[in-house]
Amino acid sequence: MKAPRWHIVVIVAAALAFPLIVRSDYYVHMFILALLWVVIGSSWNLLAGYTGQVSFGHAIFFGIGAYTAGLCATKLGISAWWGMLLGGPIASLIGLVIGWICFRLRGPYFALATIAVGEIFRLAAVVWRSLTGGMQGILLMQSFRSKLPYYYLALAIAFGCIYAIHRVMRSKWGYYFIAIREDQDAAESMGVNAFRYKSLSLVVSSFFTGLAGAFYMNYMAFIDPEVVFSLHHISIMAILVGIIGGVGTLWGPPLGAFIMVFLQETFRSSFFGLGPRWVSELHVLVFGLLVIFVILYMANGIVGDWDKIRRLGSSKAGAASASAGKGS
Amino acid sequence: MAVFIQTVVAGILMGGIYALVGIGMTLIMGVMKIINLAHGQLMMVAMYITYVLYEYLHLDPYVALLVTMPALFVLGSLLQRYLLNPLIKVESILPENQVLMTVGIGMVLTELARLIFHSDYKSVRPPYTSMSLYAGSIAFNLPMVIAFGIAVLLTIGLFIFLLKTDVGKSVRATAQNKEAALLLGVNAERITVFTYGLGAALVAAAGTLLLPIYYLFPDLGGAFTLKAFVITILGGLGSTVGAIVGGVVLGVSESLGATYISMALKDAVGMVIFLLVLIFLPGGLKRLTKI
Amino acid sequence: MSTPFFESHELTKDFGGLRAVNELSFHVNEGEIFGLIGPNGSGKTTVFNLINGYYPITSGHIRFQGHTLNGLPTWKICKLGIGRTFQVVKPLRRMTVLENVMTAAFNHTESVVKSRDKALGVLEFCGLADKKDASAKGLPLGDRKRLEIARALATDPKLLLLDETMAGLTPQEQAEGVALIRKIRDSGVTIIIVEHIMRVIMSVCDRLLCINYGQRIAEGTPEEVANHPAVIEAYLGKD
Repeated sequence: MKAPRWHIVVIVAAALAFPLIVRSDYYVHMFILALLWVVIGSSWNLLAGYTGQVSFGHAIFFGIGAYTAGLCATKLGISAWWGMLLGGPIASLIGLVIGWICFRLRGPYFALATIAVGEIFRLAAVVWRSLTGGMQGILLMQSFRSKLPYYYLALAIAFGCIYAIHRVMRSKWGYYFIAIREDQDAAESMGVNAFRYKSLSLVVSSFFTGLAGAFYMNYMAFIDPEVVFSLHHISIMAILVGIIGGVGTLWGPPLGAFIMVFLQETFRSSFFGLGPRWVSELHVLVFGLLVIFVILYMANGIVGDWDKIRRLGSSKAGAASASAGKGS
Repeated sequence: MAVFIQTVVAGILMGGIYALVGIGMTLIMGVMKIINLAHGQLMMVAMYITYVLYEYLHLDPYVALLVTMPALFVLGSLLQRYLLNPLIKVESILPENQVLMTVGIGMVLTELARLIFHSDYKSVRPPYTSMSLYAGSIAFNLPMVIAFGIAVLLTIGLFIFLLKTDVGKSVRATAQNKEAALLLGVNAERITVFTYGLGAALVAAAGTLLLPIYYLFPDLGGAFTLKAFVITILGGLGSTVGAIVGGVVLGVSESLGATYISMALKDAVGMVIFLLVLIFLPGGLKRLTKI
Repeated sequence: MSTPFFESHELTKDFGGLRAVNELSFHVNEGEIFGLIGPNGSGKTTVFNLINGYYPITSGHIRFQGHTLNGLPTWKICKLGIGRTFQVVKPLRRMTVLENVMTAAFNHTESVVKSRDKALGVLEFCGLADKKDASAKGLPLGDRKRLEIARALATDPKLLLLDETMAGLTPQEQAEGVALIRKIRDSGVTIIIVEHIMRVIMSVCDRLLCINYGQRIAEGTPEEVANHPAVIEAYLGKD
């Protein structure tokens, strides 16, 4: 699916105007979270959807970014905003090391290794109390009372991330990433140093995920290992955002992010207070059912299978089949 | 020294149960070539069944094996038949689609358990659970010994089944070479359904045996899924004998880690061993021992 | 005699206890079409997999234009100027034909524009230009085989390894294939070809090497090899 230029203009304009029109801290907060997931989901998608390396460990980079920002304040005595500068590069560096270890494994073994590394980071953050504060986490003061600065910052990061991925995928790197996903042996025989390009994909992916983590620390002003290094709430959520929106597409993860965040909030708040309270316990269950449904019936996500969905909607036969390879 | 031996013994006993967890995972991995990330969650389901049977029908957990194993066999078969097998025909970008499906299944099972039983800890403690056997100064916790014994019996039974029966032979053939097995007229789809059921039944046995010495909460499943793949990788993928070795190695190293390093790092020990094996010893411990 | 363009010296490959290639020595001169033949399972594809670094070499060595290839990764061997096709074609399924070839054409450039130009040229050369926007997964077999060749060519090889590019094609397509192989050689690329179809081999090769059980049986001009008693025995079997 290719979004025409005027679509993008409309999206940007609407995003800029949104908090000025909807003057509700609650909805602006929801949008900030969604934008955060746009960044994490898109980053995961660069590595998994485009390069074919399914990571179950993106919480590592999110956590590293968040703790970088937090430790700037608690250990270095400087503003946690410095974390926005440092979080991305440090997450990338750690990504390089993890890639060096894990990229010798292929397919599902790579996925397993990323789970293991993720768990090690989470446990390390719990146990290494002198550095991280352990389970007590890190608590800071928010810099702004208004949500607007956070909103526009998150928006800038999200668009920056999408634009960067868009550019990367139109360059030599993009062709090499997809070649590795489609057939690593064939790619190598065409002169693609698969290890190097997987690492590059991971560096970009972990950079933006780390940046998102640093932003999260500044925005939420509280982190602990179970939140930011969580297998379920971060790593697997990133995967859900990707597969529901559509892996290997530019606009799939952003769409998935908004769907997931609003679905989560709808259930968490028991349909905004309209439903019975026990509904709030259902949100993870609904995610699980959604994953099963999407994998069974929309293997390439909403954006990837858009043509198929539209065909079902208008029940027009003979339309071209969905091709979700290099959607940009 | 006594502490050391005690620690190792506890680890080996635990390793017997881990072996059951690992063998189930290994069978699934061998036949379907997928990692079952719902494995621990299946175990959790079996544990809740055991809990309900004990709490409301006062059924002894060891007798409950006769219920949980068939029940999980059916559940596992249904999952494979209706959720995993259809994916073989689906054209998707990520080859790990089936693995992601097991993640979804695991989430649903965990959340259903939370919905029904809430998040608080449950346990099953028949009177004999506090008894111990002694050999010199070394204590053997009775339920652990029973669990170990039953685990060994089940494992032997499984091996006889795999080696002697036609269905067992088909499972092994499919695991070794799917194309060849198909040529020989093995109904691969039926074998996958059967294998997932079998794997689920084995991990159900592990869960039921574990309940008298452990405690139960919905998120326990996830933790045991991690353990299951650690065991499987340790043992060498698809090797049933390897899974036993892997189970015992994990049991002992966790036990040693808890005694000599720290309780909090117990789980990290497994992860670190796992990574080291995955990277430096592809093929698992099987490569060292040539089993 | 100076160092040959390409040389395999006592090349050996063991799989477990099984010796797939056994002390195989041969050389290829620049500009020739060199055929590698042998019965099924004689080790031809294994030799290719050794040359392009897909399998590690057990012993012996391979030299190409003064470089020893032993231990080099596949992508580096490609950068040195050895391109290959796969017997079982490996199209990048969710890319178009053009994108497939562009990926290969990035071998010596960073620029998308240059890569595209190069790829379009190669597609024209291979007769695939009109299919450039087709998805690789939907191509018929003949075009997939062409795509394999186009991709290998786009990496700018000095030596091209063709692994059974004619298998499964119609006689018409085979004739086109032979013409294409000659055209590639005339453009200055040396070729090693593994092929089952004897008519193709006999008409296109300058020299032939016949192997069985990973060992040399005969080497020489197509006529010499075809009439060699050991070759006839290897193909027809000895009862």
